[in-house]
Amino acid sequence: MHQDSIIREPLLLGKKTYHQVTEDVARPVEGIANKYWWALFILAVIAWSWGIGCICYTIGRGIGTWNLNRTINWGWDITNFVWWIGIGHAGTLISAVLCLFRQRWRLTINRSAEAMTIFAVMCAAIFPVIHMGRPWLAYFVLPLPNQFGSLWVNFNSPLLWDVFAISTYFSVSIVFWYLGLIPDFAMIRDRAKTKSRKILYTLFSFGWSGRAKDWQRFEEVTLVLAGICTPLVFSVHSIVSSDFATGIVRGWHSTVYPPYFVAGAIFSGMAMVLTLVIVGRKVLDLEEYITIQHIETMNKVMLTMGSVVGVAYFAEFFQAWYSGDPNESFIYLSWNNAKGVYGWAFWSLIICNNILPQILWLKGARRNLYITFILSIVINIGMWFERFDIVVTDLYRDYIPSTWTYYSPSYVEVGIFVGTIGMFFTFFLLFARWFPFIAQAELKTTLKATGDLYHNPPRQPKSSDIKVELQPLHATVETINTKYHHE
Amino acid sequence: MSKVFVHALYDDDDKLRDGAIKVRSLGYGIKEIFSPFPVHGIDKIMGLNRTRISICCFIYGVTGFSLAFTMIWYMLIHDWPIDIGGKPNYTWYHNIPSWIPILFESTVFCAAHGMALTFLLRSWLFPGVSPKNPDPRTTDDHFLMITTAHSAEDVTLLTDAAKATGAVEITKVESKN
Repeated sequence: MHQDSIIREPLLLGKKTYHQVTEDVARPVEGIANKYWWALFILAVIAWSWGIGCICYTIGRGIGTWNLNRTINWGWDITNFVWWIGIGHAGTLISAVLCLFRQRWRLTINRSAEAMTIFAVMCAAIFPVIHMGRPWLAYFVLPLPNQFGSLWVNFNSPLLWDVFAISTYFSVSIVFWYLGLIPDFAMIRDRAKTKSRKILYTLFSFGWSGRAKDWQRFEEVTLVLAGICTPLVFSVHSIVSSDFATGIVRGWHSTVYPPYFVAGAIFSGMAMVLTLVIVGRKVLDLEEYITIQHIETMNKVMLTMGSVVGVAYFAEFFQAWYSGDPNESFIYLSWNNAKGVYGWAFWSLIICNNILPQILWLKGARRNLYITFILSIVINIGMWFERFDIVVTDLYRDYIPSTWTYYSPSYVEVGIFVGTIGMFFTFFLLFARWFPFIAQAELKTTLKATGDLYHNPPRQPKSSDIKVELQPLHATVETINTKYHHE
Repeated sequence: MSKVFVHALYDDDDKLRDGAIKVRSLGYGIKEIFSPFPVHGIDKIMGLNRTRISICCFIYGVTGFSLAFTMIWYMLIHDWPIDIGGKPNYTWYHNIPSWIPILFESTVFCAAHGMALTFLLRSWLFPGVSPKNPDPRTTDDHFLMITTAHSAEDVTLLTDAAKATGAVEITKVESKN
């Protein structure tokens, strides 16, 4: 069995036994929802309904209900698509990449982060479909024989790569998430008191009984899935970035995009995980599972990714200036944009993503829940602005000054975005009520290595705590004498 | 005497591991172990073969790659080459760099789903299947080891082994056949 270094703090506080872990994870599922849950749920459903209304209006009347124009033909819609896909990335990062790196702190947050991934990708998928204008023809993106003879889809296009990448990512994420849920559903099934719960969780748990051979296969499947999800998650956002990078619009046509988008995605995804778990640990009473140490570690990942993104911004800014190309000097990260009509969007990006996160260099800030919570929302706003800047402020200064224009969204576009936020939280709140929030079976495997109760040998005192007591000289002589006489 | 199953229930994974080693050192096989989480190394103690599911995964991946390659070649090169921006699709080797994303995604798609389905099929996990664990505590914090005894002596030896390694409950279950 793996033993953690004794200088590490335990990841699981409160002297948890195996049974206590079961009790704590099952409690939210077996209990009844409190008024805060209902308040949030109703709010989320209202927002979602408003979004559905706006989507119906868009489909009924056409894309003309949005404020897009000839110059700025991608606006909030594609911004939101990229933003949601990016948010999804942290879930797979936590469950797959950190699994390969054997990071055990992931175990109490991976379930909720994976749920977040799935719901975020669902929100993201809405946008390209409604952007088609005629979503009932969405099946045209699939390589199917159609009524135009055998005119096939274009496999050289990043837009088609997106179709394959996102559908693979979504379906594989669901499988990865659900396989991990099966043993936890079995746990809830076996302790169910009511008949309806028993029937429901027997269905959900697929008849799992925890046989040794099943566990052997389960572990192998988890490891291999983590191995193939890791390149998958990097490929997805690289492909999303290719939607821009293979275009000829200046500002988009940039080779740095794939790594830069992946770093940005992990940055915003981590921020969203933090937003969700800081609330979740409090509401579901899981503060001993998702500890301040977990929050601090996530903050460190966020700071690293934020720095990578910061360097990429600087490179873009520098190249725009250094190239000396008048077109390049109007890209989204350029001085002309900073002082132009979209300067507010530029500065929102810089302040939210580069300046404010610097506070995370301070240990006190990384371990402070209020600062972390506010900052996680600020970073999500900043990452939304990054995509908005890439999409809109690269387009608004076209090649002919007569086509230069400005764009602000219509209430329909805002409504659809608000609707997806509502949809995301509706699903997430349902997940927190009906599904085990923590991967308890996997967590129990590390209880003896990282749990407070089993953390053995006991904590070693810090060097500053050790009091060195000098024995008086005569005592030493006495001891020696005693020893001598005894022998 | 007909077959008797000795059910030894443990409340700790290390004790279970000791119990399993003890039973194996006495020369008995272990019929089944039910545990709430994977107990590392228990498969080797039981003498289970290594799972071949990752080999299946590789085969599914190769299948996915080949299917995607054939599909793209057929649609884009063979059946209807499209001239996009003066870059016609008449040859596969000129086009292959831009196929890599879809080839990769199809490989992952088939590998992941194929492996997951194989796992569910081999372990027979589907909605509607009834669970096989005899004690509901084995998904919470207990570990159940089932051994088979063919004689009264076997029963004594296996029971003693379980007792000596700290089993909290020992039950003898008469075989139906």
